[in-house]
Amino acid sequence: MSISYHPPASDALALDVRGLSVEFPTRKGVLTALSEVSLTIRRGEILGVVGESGAGKSMTGMAVLGLLEPPGRVASGEIRIGGRRTDNLSEAEMASIRGSMVGAIFQDPLTSLNPLFSVGQQLIETIRLHSSLSRAEARARAVELLKQVGIPGAEERIDHYPHQFSGGMRQRVVIALALAGNPQLIIADEPTTALDVSIQAQITALLRKLCREHGTGVMLVTHDMGVIAETADRVAVMYAGRVIEIGPVEEVLSRPKHPYTRGLMGSIPALGARVERLAQIDGAMPRLNAIPTGCAFNPRCLEAGSRCRNVRPVMVAEGQGSVACLVHDGGVQ
Amino acid sequence: MIAFLVKRVGNAILVMLTVAFFAFLIFRFLGDPVEMMVNESATQVERDELRSRLGLNDGFLVQYLRFVTNAAQGQFGLSWRNQQNVITLIGERFPATFELVIIATILSLAIGIPLGVFTAIGRGRWWAEGLQFSSIVGVSLPSFFVGIILILAFSVSLGWLPGYGRGEVVQLGWWSTGLLTPSGRAAIVLPALSLSLFQITLVMRLVRAEMLEILRADFIKFARARGVKRRALWFRHALKNCLMPVVTLTAMQVGNLIAFALVTETVFQWPGMGMLFMQAVTFVDIPVMAAYLCIVSFIFVTLNTFVDIAYAVIDPRLRAA
Ligand SMILES: Nc1ncnc2c1ncn2[C@@H]1O[C@H](COP(=O)(O)OP(=O)(O)OP(=O)(O)O)[C@@H](O)[C@H]1O
Ligand code: SF4
Ligand SMILES: [Mg+2]
Repeated sequence: MSISYHPPASDALALDVRGLSVEFPTRKGVLTALSEVSLTIRRGEILGVVGESGAGKSMTGMAVLGLLEPPGRVASGEIRIGGRRTDNLSEAEMASIRGSMVGAIFQDPLTSLNPLFSVGQQLIETIRLHSSLSRAEARARAVELLKQVGIPGAEERIDHYPHQFSGGMRQRVVIALALAGNPQLIIADEPTTALDVSIQAQITALLRKLCREHGTGVMLVTHDMGVIAETADRVAVMYAGRVIEIGPVEEVLSRPKHPYTRGLMGSIPALGARVERLAQIDGAMPRLNAIPTGCAFNPRCLEAGSRCRNVRPVMVAEGQGSVACLVHDGGVQ
Repeated sequence: MIAFLVKRVGNAILVMLTVAFFAFLIFRFLGDPVEMMVNESATQVERDELRSRLGLNDGFLVQYLRFVTNAAQGQFGLSWRNQQNVITLIGERFPATFELVIIATILSLAIGIPLGVFTAIGRGRWWAEGLQFSSIVGVSLPSFFVGIILILAFSVSLGWLPGYGRGEVVQLGWWSTGLLTPSGRAAIVLPALSLSLFQITLVMRLVRAEMLEILRADFIKFARARGVKRRALWFRHALKNCLMPVVTLTAMQVGNLIAFALVTETVFQWPGMGMLFMQAVTFVDIPVMAAYLCIVSFIFVTLNTFVDIAYAVIDPRLRAA
């Protein structure tokens, strides 16, 4: 019997991503969109994911959902949802995982719903895909779900069409759809970005409440540091297709270890502000075809030393989290 | 929904009144009805008497209203060519054209929609690209040429199907149908196919383009994220969203089909309105031409109104408007 390392029972983990790399073969060579991404989400836990535009936040979510646009593909690494390995499944197998083990909420609730089917039809379709309920039972469950996400008059509203709902109500319907198959994990990619500022907080609060109740893990992609502070349990910071820091939200927000994270935090003028550009950090994130050797952040980093241009930092445990920066791993010189 | 219906029907009536106005102008001012009806030797008194008996001395508006009232009751007067009642003449020919156009439309949808879906989901595969390419050929072939090729292949060479005429017809009241007899059904195949070939390629290309567009939509991505299987994704979620433009195209093309039926009917010696109209043009038979104009427009407008209503049924967003 060979002795090998077995990680702790992973069914407590809603999501376990290890060393995930995603590549896009193009005519000019292979683009590496995600490089060695590792992160975990426990059941009932909310992991906030932040980073500049193009950092690979959505790409990570889509890879987990098995919805990478061809020719994009998982080049290496493993994805486990609720303990089950999913990165090597066929399209048909993955289709039965989607909705039942992992759900999704996308940015724009209007375009997420099929305009020609009532919300009831879409809910019942989803419920019946993942259970053996009869049409009538599925309908009762659909009404139940609409009530849970706080839609008044659910019995009546179930037969209404998406265009008859306001933006916030529509996103509640989308949340109900994401929950319809009782998934252990939800990928929420900027779920409030397209909504009115006045209802963004309600929707994130609802998401948080439901996930706590159902024990659903959430990967919450957002540009809004305020949302992270209020909603997330842990936070992952991404840069140029890598996770560069991950840890409990209080620790990362108040004592960021990575120079990039510090730049991110420094650029929040106030709670609830959006991070589009980083005033604190000069320059822009590199394109995928021009990622510098060593630390991808080194041309913009004020603390960079000669080692940063040659050695690629890996994630090392630090405090309650981990960070990929040579300052914390042998020094920059 | 009721207000919507009233508005649509009101529009349709307005359009028909306008068409009737032009038909009336042709009828009243293109050629002199009196000259066409009296014989050479009639005196001026006789002519004047006929003129006032026909009401041609009444005011313009009165005459127009009378024309509209008569037309609404299907009275377009007598054919100048053979003194038969125009509406009877057209009524005899209408079922043949109608059945031809309907069968052609059904063929174009029944063949065009599945082909469109398959060429969209098989994009990049050799069979889908091959079909797509042949559809370009289909679009560019002239209708009479297709008709002649079909006759040569299936009628002359293979002898499978008749190449002209309508076969045996059965009389149902004033309606004569060829669809109830084996020879009538055999006779409609080639002309309907010939008439629909262009339409098939049109529907196929439209459905393909729409499918490709819709398959990129967010709600398709979200449906996949909910676990919807590919078959349901294509045939339930995507296809339904493609149907609106197909309905529009089909309904708009029915008018064109009636027009193209002129050629098909001539090639296949199909005894429809198209052939009647061709004869009327040759003989400058104004009442038949005016009646043809009114009736074809009526069909056109009625269809368009149904399209609008069908829209509202398919797309709930339009019901409120
Ligand atoms: N089809 C594709 N082919 C090649 N590269 C792609 C493709 N789709 C996305 N990318 C690249 O992958 C990288 C990650 O994109 P991603 O959408 O994950 O960013 P993001 O972090 O979600 O940004 P945003 O905040 O703007 O949503 C980007 O650099 C993008 O240009
Ligand atoms: S490794 Fe070097 S360049 Fe990269 S963040 Fe740390 S100090 Fe800056
Ligand atoms: Mg994104």
